[in-house]
Amino acid sequence: MLALKINGETRQVSAPCSVLSLLEDMSLVGKRVAVERNGEIVPKGLHATTQLAEGDVLEIVVAVGGG
Amino acid sequence: MTDVLKIGDREFSSRLLVGTGKYKDFTETREAIVASGAQIVTVAVRRVNIGQNANEPSLLDALPMKEFTYLPNTAGCYSADDAVRTLRLARELLDGHDLVKLEVLGDQTSLFPNMPETLKAAATLVKDGFKVMVYCSDDPIQAKMLEDIGCVAVMPLASLIGSGMGILNPWNLQLIIDQLKVPVIVDAGVGTASDAAIAMELGCDGVLMNTAIAKAQNPVLMAGAMKKAVEAGREAYLAGRMPKKFYSASPSSPTTGLIGS
Repeated sequence: MLALKINGETRQVSAPCSVLSLLEDMSLVGKRVAVERNGEIVPKGLHATTQLAEGDVLEIVVAVGGG
Repeated sequence: MTDVLKIGDREFSSRLLVGTGKYKDFTETREAIVASGAQIVTVAVRRVNIGQNANEPSLLDALPMKEFTYLPNTAGCYSADDAVRTLRLARELLDGHDLVKLEVLGDQTSLFPNMPETLKAAATLVKDGFKVMVYCSDDPIQAKMLEDIGCVAVMPLASLIGSGMGILNPWNLQLIIDQLKVPVIVDAGVGTASDAAIAMELGCDGVLMNTAIAKAQNPVLMAGAMKKAVEAGREAYLAGRMPKKFYSASPSSPTTGLIGS
């Protein structure tokens, strides 16, 4: 298991886990989201090949209404 | 006559920019924004709600990116670092889209911009290839600094965000308009149609608003009013108003040929 911090919440996932498989778990594949891992953007094209590591801090964001 | 708003290398026929927040639902959001005629819409970037139904309707369904130019903002950011991170996420989110609205707030009560952090973030973002439209105080010196950094539009407040207090300092806005070459867009403070018209008559290149439309009793009707106000104000500016003549009335009708003379 890996302990990740996703959007400020701690979450356990089974290892190995790529960004893509995490998004699959969260039913976010095909949705317009962006992912930041430890302060760096993970481009969409690298979601499948970017493996997550213990303690990674992730931000997953969407566009919402705002002024 | 073609009168386009040129921001960087993008051209727009509408000079009204609108936010997409504070509406009742996405249907009202869309109806109001269509009625406003706006081509540029601001959006916020927020964390995905973990556990939320991923199939709920989204803003992107209501306002497709092929119909509108998205302007992701950094609303809620209080440091240059958070603002830069947010816009890098926005660029990734919107397929490399580089036109952004930078705002770094200084205080939760006033939502007044933190100008040192704003200048810092602007410099980083411009260097990183972003086309930065920047919310700022109505200080002409710092507005010029933002232009010099390379921002594509400078967006001073007319009054506090969401206050609807209107144009509180037309003189400062005028100084900014007179000095800058990039578009000057009033961002924040417009409350009703006349405020938008006044901004445009001063020579602003555009007006950005959210609450004035979204929190009107009838947002769709107000959106249409704002569209007309911005157009009317712009035309009045282009037409060149008559000079004000204090203590010097001038009749509009002939002074000769009066009966009984």
